[in-house]
Amino acid sequence: MSLFNAIDIAATSLDAQSIRLNTISSNLANANAVSSSEDQTYRARYPVFQTLVDDAVGAYGAAAGVHVTGIQLSEQPARREFAPAHPLASDEGFIFRPAVNSVQEVANMTEASRAYQDSIEAMNTVKQLILRTLTLGR
Amino acid sequence: MTAFDSVLGVSPQVLAIRSQRTELLAANIANATTPGYKARDIDFRSAMQSAMGERAGLSMTHELHLPGPTAAGSPEQPLYRMPSQPSPDGNTVESQREHAEFMDNAVRYQASLTLLDARIRGLRTAIRGQLT
Repeated sequence: MSLFNAIDIAATSLDAQSIRLNTISSNLANANAVSSSEDQTYRARYPVFQTLVDDAVGAYGAAAGVHVTGIQLSEQPARREFAPAHPLASDEGFIFRPAVNSVQEVANMTEASRAYQDSIEAMNTVKQLILRTLTLGR
Repeated sequence: MTAFDSVLGVSPQVLAIRSQRTELLAANIANATTPGYKARDIDFRSAMQSAMGERAGLSMTHELHLPGPTAAGSPEQPLYRMPSQPSPDGNTVESQREHAEFMDNAVRYQASLTLLDARIRGLRTAIRGQLT
């Protein structure tokens, strides 16, 4: 029955959005993680979303879910700061802070949580439709 | 079986198309944040016409003819939605619109279910010959 496919499709969205929320919380958690060299500094992580074209279902083969193809590390260079008194300061007296934009992350988080809620709402509606179909002719 | 088909009316076809449309709309909602995704939907009227076999379409008069998408009885191809506000990442899903369509579709599905239910109850009454 094709209504069950609708639930599967909504579930792929929940998966993808939860990965996105995970990376956002990782970015926010590490926003203030200082290190003594640029290589060791945390880089913001962003999931790459793509439509699951190969697993498209339905009579038209057009209904497809979404999945995360990979996690991209931010290309933004770490912010260098001169702090010779800092215990993690390098030999030249610099510390490195991750280039995480908190405002951007929170905006991202809002969008992800809205998309998550939307998919759950769709799932609930489909569930009601299936349950009503099951009582047909009772 | 054919007798039952005529008794049940168009409701079974309507339910099939509605459930396929539910699938498409769920896919649109799931891909609301996928860059480059194009929202798709079906035209209910033409889907219904092709389900009823009313659409003329192209007929194959030669053995080498390919069955095209417009052939009679073939399922209706989904169309791409025109967004009212373009977005920079190429995604054409508009959450409010998809939700409105999804809800509309769900209510109409339930309306068809109610009709079908009434028909089945009518049939039962006819079979039993009593109104209990």
